[in-house]
Amino acid sequence: MNLEALEVGQEVGSRIFSFTRDSLVKYAGASGDFNPIHYRDDFAKSVGLEGVLAHGMLTMGAAVQVAVDWVGDSGKVIDYGVRFTKPVYVPLEGSAEVTVIGKIGAIDLENRTVRVDLTASCAEVAVLGKAQAVVKL
Amino acid sequence: MVNPNVQGKSYPETAVYLVGREKIREFAKAVFSNNPVNHDVFAAQAAGYTDLVAPPTFPVVIQEQSLQQALADKEADIDFSRVVHGDQRFITNRPIVAGDELTSVLTVASVKSLGAHSMVTFNTEIFDKEKSLVCTAISTLVVRGEE
Repeated sequence: MNLEALEVGQEVGSRIFSFTRDSLVKYAGASGDFNPIHYRDDFAKSVGLEGVLAHGMLTMGAAVQVAVDWVGDSGKVIDYGVRFTKPVYVPLEGSAEVTVIGKIGAIDLENRTVRVDLTASCAEVAVLGKAQAVVKL
Repeated sequence: MVNPNVQGKSYPETAVYLVGREKIREFAKAVFSNNPVNHDVFAAQAAGYTDLVAPPTFPVVIQEQSLQQALADKEADIDFSRVVHGDQRFITNRPIVAGDELTSVLTVASVKSLGAHSMVTFNTEIFDKEKSLVCTAISTLVVRGEE
């Protein structure tokens, strides 16, 4: 990839992820995070939540795919961090749609790294803050 | 409240975790990865890896195991039912690939209080069989105070 041709602010891609209850069950099994707030409404409500919510780590793991799709190799992501700002509630039927947009936040020509800044929102509300993935090219 | 005296405390190295191909595929599907190096061994090898590559957030599986030590530690006094994930970061030295045998060491990097809440930051250093650092996973948990 020609780093000189890239510009800060340039969009590198976007995706819309549909989180259903099935997605949460699959992520629970894949990650080993079986906190019942991610699959039981009664439990979620008993701890003061509106209902079942997605694992923050599912949103984080999905969001970075926009950067991965752009570089074409997940192994090129060398640093990735996010803040969890708002929960993504997932209804019993239907889905929660999480929209992720990736833009170039910084370019380091010397080290051949690019920082991709990701925004993730659900129903127009930002669910991740300061989501930044550094890729080595 | 989380005991501030556990700041700086490290826990014993976790048992060896053998990274399996099917676990990588399962995790990759769960995070909506379309990246061939996560699913197809030939694609991963063509890209220069020995085997399937784990997605960038896969180290959370190892972190989860190490965090269990701190959550079970009576001295730390963390009420898991009041825990909210505040932030997360992975600093990767090299990608995890299928066949890796990983261990981890958890350290409590900081304990802060914010009114009735506590914020605890954990560093999990993940090592391979050669004891080279593969990844550092940094996780901040917010423990909500009793109302």
